[in-house]
Parts: sequence; structure tokens; C-alpha cells
Amino acid sequence: MENTTEFKNIKGWAQDADPINDPTYPMKHKTDEEHKGYTWERPPQQQPTVEILQSNERPNLTAVFGTSTPPSGLSGRIRRYAFQYSEGSYGHWLPLILADRVNMVEGIIDDLKRGHIPNIFAERGWNAEWKYNRQGLIKKVVITTVATAAIFALLKARKK
Amino acid sequence: MLAMNYRGPFRVRVDQKPYPEILHPNDAIVRVTRSCICGSDLHLYHGLVPDTRVGMTFGHEFIGVVEEVGPSVQKLKVGDNVMVPFNIACGQCAFCKQELYGNCHESNSQATAVGGIFGYSHTAGGYDGGQAEYVRVPYADVGPTVIPADMDPDDAVLLTDVVPTGYQAAEMGGIQPGDTVVIFGAGPIGIMAAKCSWLFGAKRVIVIDHIDYRLEFVKNYANAEVYNFKSLEDPVLFLKKATDWLGADVCIDAVGCEAAGSAMQTITGRKTLMQAGSATALHWAINSVKKGGIVSIVGVYGPTGNLIPIGNVVNKGITIRANQASVKRLLPRLIEHVQQGRLSPKDIITHRVPLEEISDAYHIFSRKLDNCIKPVLIPPSARV
Ligand SMILES: NC(=O)c1ccc[n+]([C@@H]2O[C@H](COP(=O)([O-])OP(=O)(O)OC[C@H]3O[C@@H](n4cnc5c(N)ncnc54)[C@H](O)[C@@H]3O)[C@@H](O)[C@H]2O)c1
Ligand SMILES: [Zn+2]
Ligand SMILES: [Zn+2]
Repeated sequence: MENTTEFKNIKGWAQDADPINDPTYPMKHKTDEEHKGYTWERPPQQQPTVEILQSNERPNLTAVFGTSTPPSGLSGRIRRYAFQYSEGSYGHWLPLILADRVNMVEGIIDDLKRGHIPNIFAERGWNAEWKYNRQGLIKKVVITTVATAAIFALLKARKK
Repeated sequence: MLAMNYRGPFRVRVDQKPYPEILHPNDAIVRVTRSCICGSDLHLYHGLVPDTRVGMTFGHEFIGVVEEVGPSVQKLKVGDNVMVPFNIACGQCAFCKQELYGNCHESNSQATAVGGIFGYSHTAGGYDGGQAEYVRVPYADVGPTVIPADMDPDDAVLLTDVVPTGYQAAEMGGIQPGDTVVIFGAGPIGIMAAKCSWLFGAKRVIVIDHIDYRLEFVKNYANAEVYNFKSLEDPVLFLKKATDWLGADVCIDAVGCEAAGSAMQTITGRKTLMQAGSATALHWAINSVKKGGIVSIVGVYGPTGNLIPIGNVVNKGITIRANQASVKRLLPRLIEHVQQGRLSPKDIITHRVPLEEISDAYHIFSRKLDNCIKPVLIPPSARV
């Protein structure tokens, strides 16, 4: 409910106001701007050319926005679902994290469809690992190989 | 054009992508001449920021040459050499008018809790970033600043994020002459925060990390007292003892959501994503600051929430101050500091890497290989 009383008539109003008590100084150059609500003159509106998901905590698209990688496929469907929930909600963020993982698989499928086999070792920067952390890399490979061999041997022994 | 292409956690490469377009009358297209990888990019690279889409180009710390301008652009012209603040800010909303350029309300449709940032997931607006040959720069009349003719481009590129962030970390600490300041993290941001703490009159600057080469660097670069937390049984207790049992006046978190040092935080925050990353450094900051002291946070955390000792914040009467750096607000002062030789940002650059070798650059910076502190990517057109 709106407070309709003339607040300046409240007994003692602003008696203890202290302009120096401003923990936002000097980050915020205080004006009364934000007390006026969402009334500023907005920059011209960028026209959407791709699908832009919009936080439900605002009434409109921002005057400009990025147009990178619009939602698509299954991950896009999950992202659209997530945007039904507000930014304070797990319903918003957990589906987005899930969508990111799905999107990674979609990325590999996309690459393959375009006849590109992703060089995952190069993408992960393992050339640099070989150059600057050779011992660590060898150790990792040896441990992985030994562990895998041990598991196989164990499984084989069990079967017998 | 060549541009970074994110393929999923720990996987990035360079691909051919379409040249960016002017999509708004106040846009500019900038040909990138230098572009850094930031500790913030590592949170994306490690898959910790929700709504990081495959195919996106990262990069929010870059400088370049104005190649094209939209019809309403007045302050820039083709050929200008500009540094571009990492925040995308309209200059007209209530928040921009109060110089909170990191909190613009007209640059990120996807989330109200954060302003638009170049190349920083859709949670920060869905903009392709500057780890590319060309980039679209919205609100060209607001953010981009012409680089002074006598300024080294390596200094300029660090003025788009690292210097303002380190400086604001110290500024938010409200450091007063004689204060003891403890900084968690000896990455580029912690190093710069240590350097800037002196500008505000600190008497003692202590830096905590667990990587020796970085501690060695900040000791020399910023005259800091340094400690490796791996050799401290209990960093908080150690800091209490080191400050006459009272704690530091100001603690700065320059680590963020991928902190090491606590198995419990690592498991809940980084392995199982039950919280938005690990908050170990913030924990330590809150617990080792003096009663009535100030904790300044520039380390980045995810949107879902973290386990921190909020009860101690209440009982100790701690003031917490935090934000994304407001680059545009700070630039005039920081340019002066660089020109007067009080700050020398470029000394922290350890790696100059061709853009085409981006996968290796990310890996080196992420794994802290080859004594890496700050890597800069150089596109082919800027190498001739
Ligand atoms: N607020 C902003 O405007 C802003 C701007 C830029 C960067 N950042 C954030 O600042 C943080 C640091 O960035 P950076 O580029 O220096 O990254 P970085 O990864 O290079 O450095 C982080 C450092 O913290 C150290 N560390 C890990 N756990 C620690 C602990 N428990 N205590 C002390 N040190 C610990 C690491 O060893 C590393 O040296 C990141 O979270 C980044 O996202 C914020
Ligand atoms: Zn950055
Ligand atoms: Zn704004």
C-alpha cells in the first residue's frame, strides 16, 4: 500500500539526517536521481535482430544489448525456461548451468556436422602443458594409464 | 576476422567469425591492437558463470583503433586510438549519472544485478568481446577514451580493468594514513591493489597467496610483506598475531570464487557447485579484519550465493564494500598516476602472445605456468 501521508510533516522528519554518513562515498556521486524512479531519458532503443532473453526483474530490453550466440536447440529451450524465474531464484540459475553443459555437447555435434573434428588437446592448451609442465603431464598420463590398467586387471580377475 | 571461440569448460580456440556490425546509432567498431586475459575470464573458462554460451568470444580488457562509427557518435572519429573500459555504460541512467558505471541499467537485458561487460557471458549482457580482431563497442560516446599520445599501449590496456580495479579495491577499503592493509591474492588485481594501497597512506601492506613466484613479484613491485598460506597453519591466527592480536584495519579480497585453501569450501563450491564457488579468501578477510574494520571485495562471485561468516560481520561491526570497478570514473586520476610515474602497469605483463595461440595462453594463465602474471594477446594486424 502506498504511504499517502505527507512525510515531511512527520514529527522529527530529517532531524538526524547526516550528509557525511554516506558509506558509498566516493564510489557514488550522490544525486537524487534514483529517487525519481525509472524516469530518465533513455538512449535510443537497439532493435532486436536475434532472440534476446530478458530478466523478469525489468520491464523492457535495455537500450543496447549483445547479440552473441542466441539461444538455440535443447540448451536454448532450457535457457528460455530459466528466464521465467527471477534472478534471486535457483529456478533461474540451476537450469542455466545445466544448459551450459548441454550446450557443450551441442557444440561438439555442430563441429562434427560442419566436418570439423575438434582438436580437444589443442583447445585445452596441452601444447603449453607439454612445454612448461612436462613432468606434471607425464606423471598425470602415467597415473591415468596405471590406474586404468589396474581397473581392467581387477575386472578381468573378477570374471574368472 | 579471427576471434576467440569458447567451446566449453577448459576449451577455447581461434576461428574465423563475421566482422561485427553497427547495431545502434551510438556504436563504434574497434580494431583491436591489444587484448588481455583476466582472472575474471578464468571463471568463464572454468565453466563457473551461468549462461556462458558455446561460440561466444570473451575479452573485456582491450584497446584499439576506431574503424567505424554510428551516426550519433560525436566524441570519437575513425582512426582514434582508444582504451575501452570493461563496463558497458549508457551515461544517462540514474546509476551512470552517479558515476556507478559498473552498474548501468541500460546495458544488460539478461540480469539487473550486473551491468553489461564485454565478452562476459549472457549473464553480463551477451556481448562478444575483444579477444578478436574487431569488436563492436556500444555507447561509443561514453566509455572509450582516447589514449594520450605519450602513453605506452601496454600501460593503456591495463587501464581498462586491472589498474582501476586494484585502485578501487584500495579506495573501497577507505584506507587512512597509518592503516595496515591485508590483501588476499597476488594475481594482477591483488598486485595492483597492493601498489595502490600506498597511494592512500597505508603504513603496512601484507599480501597472502600460495604461489611463490607471484609473492616474490609483489614483494618487489609493490614493497609488500608477503606470506605463502601453504606454510601457515592458520592464516587468520597468523594475521592476528602479526597485527598485535587485533587484526588488520582493512582486508581486501582479490581472489574471488576460485579460492584455494579450504577443502570444505573447494568441495562445496568448486567440485559440487553447491555454492557459487569457494569463498575461502572472503572468509579469511572477514575473520582477520579488526573490529569496526573494513572488508573490500573485488573478487568475483557467482549469482547463487556463498557460505561466509556473516555472524562475525555483525558482531565485529565490519563494513563490507564491494563493486565492479567503475573504470570511467577513475580513468582521469589513473592516467595522471601513470604519466607521473607513480604507477607502472605494464611491468606486470609477463606474456605477449599472438591471438592465434589463445588456447595455450588460457592454459598457461589458468595453471599459473611459466611464472605467468598477466598475458596479453596481440592480433595479427597489430603485429606488423
Ligand atoms: N570487481 C572487478 O571489477 C574485477 C575486475 C577484474 C577482476 N576481478 C576479479 O578479481 C579476482 C582476481 O583477478 P586476477 O586477475 O588477479 O586473477 P588471478 O587468478 O590471476 O589471481 C588470483 C590469485 O589468488 C590466489 N589465491 C587463491 N586462493 C587464495 C586464498 N585463499 N588466499 C589468497 N590468495 C589466493 C591465486 O593463487 C592467484 O594468484 C578474480 O575473481 C577476478 O574475477 C574483479
Ligand atoms: Zn578483467
Ligand atoms: Zn547507464
